[in-house]
Amino acid sequence: MSFKIVVLAKQVPDTRNVGKDAMKADGTVNRAALAAIYNPEDLNALEQALRLKSKIEGATVQILTMGPARAAEIIRESMYRGADGGYLLSGREFAGSDTLATSYALACAIRKIGKVDLIVCGRQAIDGDTAQVGPQVAEKLGLPQITYAEEILDLSDNKITVKRRLERGVEVVKGSLPMVITVNGSAPECRPRHAKLTMKYKRAATATEKQEAGNDYTDFYDAHPYLNITEWGVSDIEHDIKWLGLTGSPTKVKQIENVVFTAKESKRLTGSDSEIESLMKELIANHTIG
Amino acid sequence: MNNIFVYLEIEDGIVGDVSLELLTKGRSLAKQLNCKLEAVAAGYQLDGIAPQVFPYGVDVLHLADDKRMAPYTSLPHTSLLVNLFKEEKPQIALMGATSIGRDLGPRVSSALFSGLTADCTSLEIGTYEDKKAGKVYENLLYQIRPAFGGNIVATIVNPDCRPQMATVREGVMKKEIKDAKFVGKIHKLEVSKYVADTDFVVEVIERHMEKSKLNIKGSPIIVSGGYGVGSADNFKLLHELAATLGGEVGASRAAVDAGFAEHERQIGQTGTTVRPKLYIACGISGQIQHIAGMQESAMIIAINSDPKAPINQIADYVITGTVEDILPKMIKYYKKNSK
Repeated sequence: MSFKIVVLAKQVPDTRNVGKDAMKADGTVNRAALAAIYNPEDLNALEQALRLKSKIEGATVQILTMGPARAAEIIRESMYRGADGGYLLSGREFAGSDTLATSYALACAIRKIGKVDLIVCGRQAIDGDTAQVGPQVAEKLGLPQITYAEEILDLSDNKITVKRRLERGVEVVKGSLPMVITVNGSAPECRPRHAKLTMKYKRAATATEKQEAGNDYTDFYDAHPYLNITEWGVSDIEHDIKWLGLTGSPTKVKQIENVVFTAKESKRLTGSDSEIESLMKELIANHTIG
Repeated sequence: MNNIFVYLEIEDGIVGDVSLELLTKGRSLAKQLNCKLEAVAAGYQLDGIAPQVFPYGVDVLHLADDKRMAPYTSLPHTSLLVNLFKEEKPQIALMGATSIGRDLGPRVSSALFSGLTADCTSLEIGTYEDKKAGKVYENLLYQIRPAFGGNIVATIVNPDCRPQMATVREGVMKKEIKDAKFVGKIHKLEVSKYVADTDFVVEVIERHMEKSKLNIKGSPIIVSGGYGVGSADNFKLLHELAATLGGEVGASRAAVDAGFAEHERQIGQTGTTVRPKLYIACGISGQIQHIAGMQESAMIIAINSDPKAPINQIADYVITGTVEDILPKMIKYYKKNSK
């Protein structure tokens, strides 16, 4: 029995570790100063997918990512951890997509992949924190969704039972497949790279990457088909161009501003006993405390 | 037609604070746009909802009262809003940036092909000029939100698609009753007209919702710690100071990520926004995303071993020192002098 799981993953700039040089003098983001990483919650999603794969005979896990050529890195990263392969959706036409245009493109790619039983992705990506793409892909495909998943508790008779972690509680819900599940950061961390798989897949490459490496390896990839990462451009998916990229994005950025806070004139204290005592007296006297 | 709609979050018959905050904001936007404010309540046994929301100036309350609508599940609530919005054509739709609003909003926006901006920190009305198309749009909703880890603030608009949708976190907007005696109209919805039986595909088997034990948002004094506090053990000092002063303990994202404090204590753009009388920032360097969630505090004391920490710029008092040294002194001298 085949059971097809697709993990939606995104390569993101590491906005959690923004250094001082992250912003240019003109107030724009210096992308070059930010490392590109695997979106953290997508790794939690990958782990859930890999756990299912180990439980279900014949299950496969494929990664689908949209991004520039280098985003193939996260497909390889997934293969090192146990994924079977992946699809890179790449092209100029996708540039400038907001969450809705992104979801449309991903939904078209999923249709092309064919009969998918389960789609999992991280709850949100750290470069936007919107949490919109998962539910919007589900809506585009006409599938139900379970968001904020912390653990897949059971999968049997085509029904999936999921524990959700909400801001003020926990919910256990059950629904039928196919389905989109978005996984919370509180879910178990992804397993590390597997040494054997890393050796096996380190030369996995997209068509663009193979081209860049030269033609000498054509025979090599023909002999090792599992090393081919599928790369799709806009012409590979069935689409209506008006729903893609900038034209497919109802939201427009009117303005971007660098964040500047008004500095206050502060009193500086060294922390000596007498200074702290007079500070506390002052706070009590002006009714800030007490 | 063309009014402002707010989706109400309801738990145990009580409308959530985030929804009341949005109604307050929605009321002021409606005044500016000279339109009506409408609210949508979906759930079961909703008789108690009207008196909770009318004082906020709700002109029309749509009630979708049906046993199957509670607890919340994605598809039925999506269908209700999508079909209601198709009839009512709101110009703006607001919902909480909560686990419900962030599940529902994207799905509704996708079905209506309408833009949605998550986690707005400010909503304003303004003009937008599309230079390429040579078109000027009046009275658009400016959806203002931080981006890129809080390093920039982006103003987003939806020029052509309606409704203009936005989610806002709890605590970001202020909650304010407009008129305690105000009574709007009630519009009862026949749920089966809006929601198909096939929408009830996900079943809630178990549910444990806790009333938040913490009230960081409402606390007049907050003692907040960052990664610089050093350990969960040192965080105990913050709890001690907070207990002494009658405040709550908050934390930066870095401290929460490091496991020093629980997630619900997180203050900043991805946590709670607070406006206490006194904010004591301990070992917090002051990343923009944290400052954005506490800069409106009436008084800020920064305790940091780094005299150049960015948070010092917005602090009223800067104490250079360690948490281990300074906090016990504060506790000692507060106790000595308060009576």
